[in-house]
Amino acid sequence: MAKTLFEKIWEQHVVTTLEDGTSIMYIDRHLIHEVTSPQAFEGLRLTGRKVRRPELTFATMDHNVPTDDRYNIKDPISKAQIEALTDNCKEFGIQLFDLNSDKQGVVHIIGPELGITMPGTTIVCGDSHTSTHGAFGTFAMGIGTSEVEHVLATQCLPQKKPKTFKVEFAGIPKAPVSAKDLILKFIGVVGTAGGTGYVLEYCGEAIRALSMEERMTICNMSIEAGARGGLIAPDETTIDYIVKNDRPYAPKGEELEKAIEYWKSLPSDPGATYDREITIDVTNLSPQVTWGTSPGMVMDVTGTIPNVDEVPGYSPKDVQHTLDYMGLTPGTPLTDIKVDTVFIGSCTNGRIEDLRIAAKYFKGKKVAEGVHALIVPGSQQVKKQATEEGLDKIFVEAGCDWRESGCSMCLAMNPDQLKPGERAASTSNRNFEGRQGKGGRTHLVSPQMAAAAAVEGHFVDIRTWEED
Amino acid sequence: MSEPVKNFKGILATLDRANVDTDQIIPKQFLKSIKRTGFGESLFFDWRYDEAGKDNPEFELNAERFKGASILITRNNFGCGSSREHAVWAVDQYGFRAIVAPSQGEGENKIQAFADIFKNNCAKNSIITIELTEAEVEEIFQMVGRYEGLEATVDLEEQRLILHLPEEMAFHFDIDPAVKKNIIHGLDDIGLTLQKETDIEAFELKHNTQIAPSNVS
Repeated sequence: MAKTLFEKIWEQHVVTTLEDGTSIMYIDRHLIHEVTSPQAFEGLRLTGRKVRRPELTFATMDHNVPTDDRYNIKDPISKAQIEALTDNCKEFGIQLFDLNSDKQGVVHIIGPELGITMPGTTIVCGDSHTSTHGAFGTFAMGIGTSEVEHVLATQCLPQKKPKTFKVEFAGIPKAPVSAKDLILKFIGVVGTAGGTGYVLEYCGEAIRALSMEERMTICNMSIEAGARGGLIAPDETTIDYIVKNDRPYAPKGEELEKAIEYWKSLPSDPGATYDREITIDVTNLSPQVTWGTSPGMVMDVTGTIPNVDEVPGYSPKDVQHTLDYMGLTPGTPLTDIKVDTVFIGSCTNGRIEDLRIAAKYFKGKKVAEGVHALIVPGSQQVKKQATEEGLDKIFVEAGCDWRESGCSMCLAMNPDQLKPGERAASTSNRNFEGRQGKGGRTHLVSPQMAAAAAVEGHFVDIRTWEED
Repeated sequence: MSEPVKNFKGILATLDRANVDTDQIIPKQFLKSIKRTGFGESLFFDWRYDEAGKDNPEFELNAERFKGASILITRNNFGCGSSREHAVWAVDQYGFRAIVAPSQGEGENKIQAFADIFKNNCAKNSIITIELTEAEVEEIFQMVGRYEGLEATVDLEEQRLILHLPEEMAFHFDIDPAVKKNIIHGLDDIGLTLQKETDIEAFELKHNTQIAPSNVS
């Protein structure tokens, strides 16, 4: 019988299925960070349980680390959390990439970078953006802390088999329209609960044409559509990413050959069926900008702020609340909206290609008066690469604030926060109320759009933006 | 592991918003704790308190009539966003033991009542998530508006939500049988998985976590 990519991975990982239909699923890789793991380790201590396969768990600190003076954590509670992770990893024998490591970074950036993320495997992490790793054809999902404890103790998770959802992007968008625009468009079409209960599989010409890093941007935001995961079938692009680079944890030699053979068997069979399918023509896609407090509140850059009764899927009462929070008036063109802060970084858009494209927009230009442009590399390796390529100089010369790696203003757990009423163009993944700081107003965009907004001080249609 | 829960009775409170995300349920500044307790006071922090840290009178759940409520009635896609289990700990420690929300529509366009990870986290903490139809939830909103201090019983064994009105009103709900069993018996689900240790060991013998294949020849 023809099988989908997801079904193939699922079958490889079911240890046993119980009478009530729950399957015990084996977890190949477990990533942990400082925020959602301390209570899980505490649970192990209270029940006297051990970590079943410590060599399959990898830890880093990313969520609340400062991105300026990273060795001087002023917040004692953040510091305690970082220290707890260090102690827990030591006690239970888990590999930790701490602030002294040249491999430290945002957990979803370093997984692929280090070769921890491999096609056809299962990966979990106590973080909803674990879906990022799906770009490799990996079943990767975010879990809660009780489940983190479950995986530490058993290397398994009880799971009900999710449904499958084929998301086809037809046509190839024209640059400078990017992967971020594709995924924002998709979320706008299906809504933030459109993928709930499903594992998505992104496919189509537009996906095949993307680099691995762009595919990660797409899969990263699967959770913003509510999905349990989002996959892209591995192909030559995937194999090259792994094989042609130094990925210390990737298989080598004979193991690599076997692995490649397996990876090539993973793409969905012709005729495989899905529980839901959608096709979105992206040939003429415009750059996307969110205007509200849900990633589904998104529109073309050429759009205007809608009236309260013009937003499908949201009640007029909720839209009014959103407009009040965002300080926006219906009828305002998006390109008239001024920004105070620009954030380029996060597990969505904090990789080297994102920084390269942003640097292209900043080169020879200056950040607009009154705008704070924060550039946060996703990892120490990304930072090193960017420095070697001289991108850091371009950013600094343009007047950007070039930082150390971490989650930073994506969730603003560290000191990088918006002040009440401040408006940001952000390459991150969530525009929820208060997400980037209490009272802060977030517009999600691609790195290209963010950089142009930084230079002009307001959103611009980068397709027609004068480059000089 | 939680205390077994078969049924309970409590006051209903309404929160008339859709897509309530976990950043609203518990803002990030409260995620720095390394403990599992102390989150109740931070539930809906940004909506619940004013600048001075006093109760915001505009926020629905601060109404006197909802004091001591243990059943939250809200709108669809509740708990979307981050996987933070702190959100569920906050809901629990505030005193809510069940959340009722509607799904919208049918078939492939159906919008779920609860976000996936949040719902999972609720199950692990014996918070009962009750999905009803839009019309049913609308009716409950009406009744809560009409009858101050309205109470209901969540009967998990019978899968019924019973509103204690002059004329009793009951709603049937579906629940994953595994979740139901765990909550009713207060089972430790890590312990349940460990009961399958022989299967896990056998699986590990043939499964290479680097290159996966375990079932293919």
